[in-house]
Amino acid sequence: MDTSIWAKMKTQPLLSVRDLSKFYGGRIGCADVNFDLFPGEVLGIVGESGSGKSTLLSCLAGHLAPDRGEVIFATTEGPRDTVLMAEAARRRLARTDWAYVHQNPRDGLRMGVSAGGNVGERLMAVGARHYGQIREAAVDWLGRVEIAADRVDDRPNAFSGGMQQRLQIARNLVTGPRLVFMDEPTGGLDVSVQARLLDLLRGLVREMGLSAIIVTHDLAVVRLLADRLMVMKGGYVVEQGLTDQVLDDPQHEYTQLLVSSVLQV
Amino acid sequence: MAVSPGECLGLVGASGSGKSTLMRMIWGNYLAASGSIMVGDVDVAKAAPREIIALRRGTLGYVSQFLRVVPRVPTVDVVAEPLLTLGVPVAEARGRAMALLAQLNIPERLWSLSPTTFSGGEQQRVNIARGFVHPYPALLLDEPTASLDAVNREVVLSLIEGAKARGAAIIGIFHDEQARARLCDRLVDVTQFTPKAVQ
Ligand SMILES: Nc1ncnc2c1ncn2[C@@H]1O[C@H](COP(=O)(O)OP(=O)(O)OP(=O)(O)O)[C@@H](O)[C@H]1O
Ligand SMILES: Nc1ncnc2c1ncn2[C@@H]1O[C@H](COP(=O)(O)OP(=O)(O)OP(=O)(O)O)[C@@H](O)[C@H]1O
Ligand SMILES: [Mg+2]
Ligand SMILES: [Mg+2]
Repeated sequence: MDTSIWAKMKTQPLLSVRDLSKFYGGRIGCADVNFDLFPGEVLGIVGESGSGKSTLLSCLAGHLAPDRGEVIFATTEGPRDTVLMAEAARRRLARTDWAYVHQNPRDGLRMGVSAGGNVGERLMAVGARHYGQIREAAVDWLGRVEIAADRVDDRPNAFSGGMQQRLQIARNLVTGPRLVFMDEPTGGLDVSVQARLLDLLRGLVREMGLSAIIVTHDLAVVRLLADRLMVMKGGYVVEQGLTDQVLDDPQHEYTQLLVSSVLQV
Repeated sequence: MAVSPGECLGLVGASGSGKSTLMRMIWGNYLAASGSIMVGDVDVAKAAPREIIALRRGTLGYVSQFLRVVPRVPTVDVVAEPLLTLGVPVAEARGRAMALLAQLNIPERLWSLSPTTFSGGEQQRVNIARGFVHPYPALLLDEPTASLDAVNREVVLSLIEGAKARGAAIIGIFHDEQARARLCDRLVDVTQFTPKAVQ
């Protein structure tokens, strides 16, 4: 059993976040955020609109510079604070070790490039050069997200919303990242497509030992996908813990409201 | 209270006295306000989320009263999932899942369908299959025979006896008195733990 990906969970955190804060002028984006994420863990972030979820995710992924705090990532050369890292080094991590799945697939895809090209492009960005191998990997990944091989040369414009979202996931995972950031990955999808996507993500986490941080409004989604849950309000984390414990036995008044204000999930 | 390997302890007490609550605390689902809950060497009352996740993966099994699954996932994969999570190869995991589904009399034509549209009794048996597919050293069972017919009830009782025989420590809630008499070595009345203001 020790050869399984779970054995790694006992080791060092993949990501350590310390006192992270981001302000927009006088307004709080997110403040005093602290957590550790271990390899193979899925962390869900929930909270009302404007509570700072996207801001936090952007700071973690290096898209926004925080005003305070540390984001320590376990690079292959050891733990490094990505906030202090040179821009070029951070970009390299974003290509090789991280993936970012946007809520709107249009923000994460190149709409003028074929589906196969969207996936292959990412491989080329990390140094793949052999055309045949790149195409093979692209077709393999499109298959994993259930996009048929005969659609490889179609542009994303010709795909449905759910297919675009699956294509975005394939594009992001083809390089074998260790950490995936997702901002509302199943928002705007119909329920059956959502369910397939959830199952796909769970499989990938299990097979690749992927870690993920998922922002969502949907408590049913986090219950099925996230090991741990963080609840945000007004830029602050008001509660965090084991997902089913936070949802079934919420300790903070705001979480109690959040959980009771939706249909039982 | 304490439970030893190979022992089955039954929780009893009136409706609302706290049987399920106590069980959910042991599972880490409800937060303990104080005290300690040792499962092996992990104190669930104080453990970090990832320690509880690890405990649930390999050590502590739980058959809840109702099944909760990702929609559209085939029944055989729902049952195999705990094994896949432990790193068991797919073919072996599905094989074990299928054997258990057959033993629990789930018709083979249902295996490739999602259990979300199954009858209450079928869902419960899928839930039981999920809880017995890995030989957890410790098991929590909340009304595992509640909505089963005589034949399937017998299958489940013998599964539980099998788990006892291989040394599993079991805590169960059984409203079914015959099941309780047959399986439980000891009973604990949780009424003694019920806060006075609630009684
Ligand atoms: N570029 C910006 N300039 C100024 N204020 C901003 C900017 N981006 C976000 N904010 C503000 O920061 C707060 C947090 O925004 P954020 O986008 O992180 O919320 P969110 O939790 O992702 O909300 P939603 O669920 O609606 O996506 C909000 O009050 C928002 O108006
Ligand atoms: N999540 C919760 N929030 C608030 N109260 C709860 C919660 N879960 C249980 N309770 C309360 O705790 C008490 C014990 O409930 P519990 O479900 O443990 O009873 P039980 O002994 O399992 O009863 P039954 O035999 O009817 O299943 C009840 O008063 C119940 O309403
Ligand atoms: Mg947002
Ligand atoms: Mg109960």
